[in-house]
Amino acid sequence: MSTHQVKDLPPQLAMEMHNIAELLAHALALEEEASERYAELAEIMQAHNNPDAAELFTRMAGVEQLHVDGIRQQIRQRKLTDLPSAQYRWLGLEGPETTDHADLHYLMTPRQALMLALLNEQRAHDFYNDICRHSSDPEVIELARELAAEEREHVAWVELWLGRFPPTEDGWDHDDDPPNLQA
Amino acid sequence: MNDTAEVLECPALKPADFKSKVKPIWCPGCGDYAVLMVITKALAALELKPENVAILSGIGCSSRIPAYSSCYGFHGVHGRSLPAATGLKVARPDLTVLCTGGDGDGFSIGGNHFLHACRRNVDITYIVMDNQVYGMTKGQASPTTDPDWDSVLTPGGTGIRPFQPLVIALASGANFVARAFSGDTHGTMDMIIAAIKHPGFSFVQILSPCVTFRPDQKEWRHMVRTAPVPTTDDPARAARRIMTDDGFNLGILYQGDRPPYQISYRDHVEDPASMGEEFRI
Repeated sequence: MSTHQVKDLPPQLAMEMHNIAELLAHALALEEEASERYAELAEIMQAHNNPDAAELFTRMAGVEQLHVDGIRQQIRQRKLTDLPSAQYRWLGLEGPETTDHADLHYLMTPRQALMLALLNEQRAHDFYNDICRHSSDPEVIELARELAAEEREHVAWVELWLGRFPPTEDGWDHDDDPPNLQA
Repeated sequence: MNDTAEVLECPALKPADFKSKVKPIWCPGCGDYAVLMVITKALAALELKPENVAILSGIGCSSRIPAYSSCYGFHGVHGRSLPAATGLKVARPDLTVLCTGGDGDGFSIGGNHFLHACRRNVDITYIVMDNQVYGMTKGQASPTTDPDWDSVLTPGGTGIRPFQPLVIALASGANFVARAFSGDTHGTMDMIIAAIKHPGFSFVQILSPCVTFRPDQKEWRHMVRTAPVPTTDDPARAARRIMTDDGFNLGILYQGDRPPYQISYRDHVEDPASMGEEFRI
């Protein structure tokens, strides 16, 4: 089993945002969903005695929470009080920055956890880029471009962070007492 | 608003309020984590309170859900969650009653109860996390396992036609039939909300991968799709669709209008002495 078999980037679909409120509602949901999922993954890893991966997911939850705060600040500054309700349109099954539960492994290394984070940031970048391409409102395009640039910075930051971890060695998923003795 | 009203006003509950302090111990990667999250989100979105909701289950990995919820819970006997839920709902129609479990618990050990729960049409929501394997007991083939699934315990596969839960639910009288995928959390939440709101017996089959014994099921996320047809209230049309799809169409496939079964209590039955008199030999 390999945690490198993460979900492919979905095909680019038309993602048009009609106004700033719609775009910021999506941005907020995207970051909140990502933060909540990282926190959940940290709990899962803690329960399965993988404190290193748990710590990394906890840190990612904190990072995403900062992004949530940043989006909330933008919403306040623009005095947007009536955001569209939770009918979000994503390119995949969940928000682009949300880690799929199925990509976890109880023995995964922090580097593998960070690889998932890297893919999430790349997907978020592509999401905002796609909005730039398919939206016509100049204000929406400008903000989507800013958000895409921020996500590009996050990609670079995660790549830098990845450099601190040694490559994952073969046999990382070896378990002397595995749950599945049939494999 | 006076002071008293302010004191009585309760803030809206969040999904976390529907979780207990017991942490799940499913395998990392298991689809059931997402289902638990979706159930708590659905209950919060419906503005229910934990004390007004009961979650019942049988035995198996997914049947652990009541322990992870702050709602009333009953982790019962293997395959017998539906009779317990039926009794509870009939006795306490004011409660929102959910049944949770897996494909082995629901369609094999509890198969007969499943048929009759559909037939009785009591207002229960039955959520089955279908991973086509008995995970808790280490990977035996279940009623929904494909006949050619080759494993150490079933070399060459079972060679047995899989159980078709949706069409059997429909034929048995379920009032709401849907298929979801655990990785599609938004779609699944919408379906669970609709199932709880719909009167009568609502059945939601959630494809929930078992990453330990069925790692091949990680591919499901690339195989599922929204059903290309709208919900129907015509059971014949729904049956035809379900029987001809490949098992990966998601959505509410049938929504009927059969009135749910509910005992109409007579006044004297609520008086224990009168009840004793009625049954005196």
